[in-house]
Amino acid sequence: MRLVLEPRAERSVAAAIASPLIAVGLTLLVMSVLFALLGKNPLNALAVYFLHPLTDSYSLQETAVKATPLVMIAIGLSLCYLANVWNIGAEGQFVIGAIAGSYIAVKTQGTDAGAWVLPAMLLLGAVAGALYALLPAIGKVRFGASEILTSLMLVYVADLLLDYLVRGPWRDPHGYNFPTTAEFDPVATVPTLIEGSRLHIGALIALLVVAIAWTVLGRTIKGFEIRVVGAAPKAARFAGFNSDHLVLLTFAVSGALAGLAGIIEVAGPVGHLQPGFSPGYGFTAIIVAFLGRLNPIGILIAGLFLALTFIGGEQAQISLKVPLDLTKVFQGILLFFVLACDSLILYRIRILTSRRAADGVA
Amino acid sequence: MGLLEAIILSVIAASTPLLLAASGELVVERAGVLNLGVEGMMIMGAACGFAAAYLTESTLLGTLAGILAGMLMAAVFAALTLGLAVNQVATGLALTIFGLGLSGLIGAGFVGQKITPAPQLFIPVLTDLPFIGRILFGQDAFVYASIVLVAGIWWFLYSTRRGLVLRAIGDNHGSAHALGYPVLWLRTLAVLFGGACAGLAGAYLSLAYTPFFIAGMTAGRGWIALALVVFASWRPGRLAAGAYLFGAVTILQLHAQGAGLGIPPQLMSSLPYLATIIVLVIISRVRGAAGSAAPASLGLAFVPDR
Repeated sequence: MRLVLEPRAERSVAAAIASPLIAVGLTLLVMSVLFALLGKNPLNALAVYFLHPLTDSYSLQETAVKATPLVMIAIGLSLCYLANVWNIGAEGQFVIGAIAGSYIAVKTQGTDAGAWVLPAMLLLGAVAGALYALLPAIGKVRFGASEILTSLMLVYVADLLLDYLVRGPWRDPHGYNFPTTAEFDPVATVPTLIEGSRLHIGALIALLVVAIAWTVLGRTIKGFEIRVVGAAPKAARFAGFNSDHLVLLTFAVSGALAGLAGIIEVAGPVGHLQPGFSPGYGFTAIIVAFLGRLNPIGILIAGLFLALTFIGGEQAQISLKVPLDLTKVFQGILLFFVLACDSLILYRIRILTSRRAADGVA
Repeated sequence: MGLLEAIILSVIAASTPLLLAASGELVVERAGVLNLGVEGMMIMGAACGFAAAYLTESTLLGTLAGILAGMLMAAVFAALTLGLAVNQVATGLALTIFGLGLSGLIGAGFVGQKITPAPQLFIPVLTDLPFIGRILFGQDAFVYASIVLVAGIWWFLYSTRRGLVLRAIGDNHGSAHALGYPVLWLRTLAVLFGGACAGLAGAYLSLAYTPFFIAGMTAGRGWIALALVVFASWRPGRLAAGAYLFGAVTILQLHAQGAGLGIPPQLMSSLPYLATIIVLVIISRVRGAAGSAAPASLGLAFVPDR
């Protein structure tokens, strides 16, 4: 007896929507087993992880706050992945965007600089993220160097640069030697949506990004080019689409979005630049992109869901005394199941009992 | 001990995990599979290896546990990419994220604990020889294992029939399948072998190199190992040279930091990563003229048409 994969003639829409849901269900099942192994009541633990954050307004707002960078980065990554190029260094572009934008905040600190500060920070963050993402893209297009490895290596470089700046030239002189910049001035801070809340206008920017991506991908020639280059490179060549340009374009856009998300995170919820300000948003966004099936609306939903796991993970650490790493385990398992279920949209698994049976079917 | 001798010893120590992990990945990629989860398999090897060594007080059992952990991780990868024809890049990433998380979970109870480091070989007279004594005859078993491993892979790939078949399925899985070779089965074996090597590399880190466990202690070595395979143009000999070169870069930047040259330590720490990028670009450019040396079916899913 053996299992074989058989390509499906048609892809059903129902399967495409059901597959991420099945993946989430299977992940929750595995997590229950893991909780049981850790000696916790699985139902109780799942409730702490996924339901409690939905029950109070603070956590709900916090979910939106954490979903903001995830969605923005994941939208950019989905463009790359649709074009079949692999930007996995979004974490580095996120950090570089935060650093570049913070430059203006640090330099104008305590001066009477006006309302131009924040827009300039956001712009610089996006530009820096785009340029940083273009490094691996140029390496690929011009020299054929694997963008997977170079974009990832640049994550470590960005983290070290951040570390250098906040321990050296940008350190808060009144910060008791902690590696952090001073709190940003009000003109260098992303305004909140509701007085006294942490929900900031970055959430609106993220929604805008989703809307634009949805329009571009579904309604424009550029979006069509990205899809064709990814799905059928040969057809794209015959159609005269320049895949090199698209590699540069998708990397630049995804870098810009990651950089923008980075500076919004630092100038918004965090309020100053410090090492480790990102709990790995750039990597989690990869999962968001796939869970959302590389579709802007799907990514919005997936981003909210994974933001929930960050908050649930923190709450579970406090109330259940489970390690924070459990969240990463959850995210890894989720990506496994998402990918596996996606495969079942493309293929049907057939069980063959013998060689003869196989011939009979054929 | 002279400074040069000390530097050479530390270069060998820093190169060994890279060489172990990269050797395994070389075989995997030669079979046409791109497993980006080396970092995840490696850190699992480090965590499980340390846990087992601490509980059993045996380096050998710790090492075996590390190898087994790497293989189990690789089995998950094989089931998805070979069994279900899932995208290899995405699955490899998932494997790394999963491994970093699970290793933190497993290792949490062992952070701060100490074990006896893996013993080093000692042969009277030979090990006492000036300079070359410690370098040639005073290493731990991992170092010798890494050299045997590379030599063995070189012999296997170029001097055995099975090695030829492995290269064939990596270069053209369609033709290899048509000739009757079990493409998916051989790839599964290669992936498991790669997992064992990555697990061994991780076990070396936590049992001999440091010897302790902290979360994320692989610090990108799995990714550098992946880059080394490209750097080596998928050839074992060049792989060994590359691994020692990278080990040397790592150690030299540490010594430069210690010497206090006024260069920010963060810049020195970023050297191995920057060097990887620069080397990848140069190698790819040089090779661009002669055509890629990568196995032709690398990273492509294979679904046999029965």
